[in-house]
Amino acid sequence: MITIIDYGMGNLLSIENAFRYFGAKVKITAQPEEIEKAKKLVFPGVGNFAEAIKNLKRKKIDLAIKNSIQKGTPFLGICLGFQLLFEKSEEAPKIKGLSIFQGKVSRLKKVKIPQIGWNQLKIQKKSKILKGLKGGSFVYFMHSFYPKPIDKKIIIAKTNYGIDFCSSIESKNIFGVQFHPEKSGKVGLKILKNFVEI
Amino acid sequence: MLAHRIIPCLDCDLEKPGGRVVKGIKFKKIRYTGLPWELAERYYKEGADEIVFLDITASAEKRTTMVEVVKKTCQKVFIPITVGGGIRSVEDAQRLFRAGADKISINTAAIQNPKLVKKLSKTFGSQAVVVAIDAKSRGNWFECSIYGGRKFTGVDAILWAKKVAELGAGEILLTSMDRDGTKEGFDLELTKRISKSVFIPVIASGGAGKKEHFLEAFTKGKADATLAASLFHFREIKISELKRYLKEKVINVR
Repeated sequence: MITIIDYGMGNLLSIENAFRYFGAKVKITAQPEEIEKAKKLVFPGVGNFAEAIKNLKRKKIDLAIKNSIQKGTPFLGICLGFQLLFEKSEEAPKIKGLSIFQGKVSRLKKVKIPQIGWNQLKIQKKSKILKGLKGGSFVYFMHSFYPKPIDKKIIIAKTNYGIDFCSSIESKNIFGVQFHPEKSGKVGLKILKNFVEI
Repeated sequence: MLAHRIIPCLDCDLEKPGGRVVKGIKFKKIRYTGLPWELAERYYKEGADEIVFLDITASAEKRTTMVEVVKKTCQKVFIPITVGGGIRSVEDAQRLFRAGADKISINTAAIQNPKLVKKLSKTFGSQAVVVAIDAKSRGNWFECSIYGGRKFTGVDAILWAKKVAELGAGEILLTSMDRDGTKEGFDLELTKRISKSVFIPVIASGGAGKKEHFLEAFTKGKADATLAASLFHFREIKISELKRYLKEKVINVR
């Protein structure tokens, strides 16, 4: 069972459809208890960093997420859900992120913003979540910000857009991707399947 | 590197059962081509980078809603979906996002109420807001039209493009009314001028007739993406073939 965290930020139906497409069972919830009990968690999100943190706090989901991660529940952050795992963001300088990882989220510079479209993964090391993917695989991005982890060892893929930025991380039970696997065709479905099979 | 995108556009007449996809020529004549979600799935499998649905129903009495079309499509199609036509408020947009749309596209409502662009991008993020510009050449300038090309506004397309980018639009879907349906090629001058005026992606539309047209839209027109309808619907060009051709010409495509 995959539990998708609903905190009012974006298109959950697409993620749900993608998991269901290959037969995974999916539950969508905004309940902290459900999140703490979950077998596997998906943390999606599009929109604004500050707005997202505000919603998480209001629904008291922030603590539930931290507890689950600490317990070792496999956890996949997507796009804004990936960025929220860091300490802070240039999008909302006064707001504290979930701070699971050290580092901040920066704005893309000297390129057309948002980055919209298909870009390639430069795979940095072996990982569970990108298992079976070729280097250079295309995935779909829609974002203006990207995280800069202090601990470079967690970076499993980078993508070039003006600079080489961190587009995927993996650290024990925690996975994060800046792109949208649910919108990345076969490659994206493979990543979600990898997560289901972890 | 960020790839150039190929986007099939499906104009939907929601008065027909299932919301039939239609093809207009120069914004007027109409032919029917198929069911939206079936065509969308075919394109997804052929390697389309995104799908655009445009509601071109003129009347308010719709049998099928765009929400149903999007919901059905999203069960099997795992690439981004943009919906345009008749969106006038944050609530209209919200309904489509909930159904599985990734972006919405607005034209008439944006011109009549530019604040809506700002409101939508604040609520859903810039990446989810496309402003469609239907432009007609007036010699040394381009005029924006609304209501699916039925009304002219006196608004200069280049100034308007800059304005919507400032208001928070994430992309511009630029259609040349002079070229739409003609198969004579994209309006390269218009595309280049808009693309150089804004710092957001520009999707060129209107006039695609052969593979070379897509190539020149990227190289000469500086488009970030290209959009076409009838060429793909009638299988005159397959998306997979088009991409193979562009790769040979060293254009970065997926």
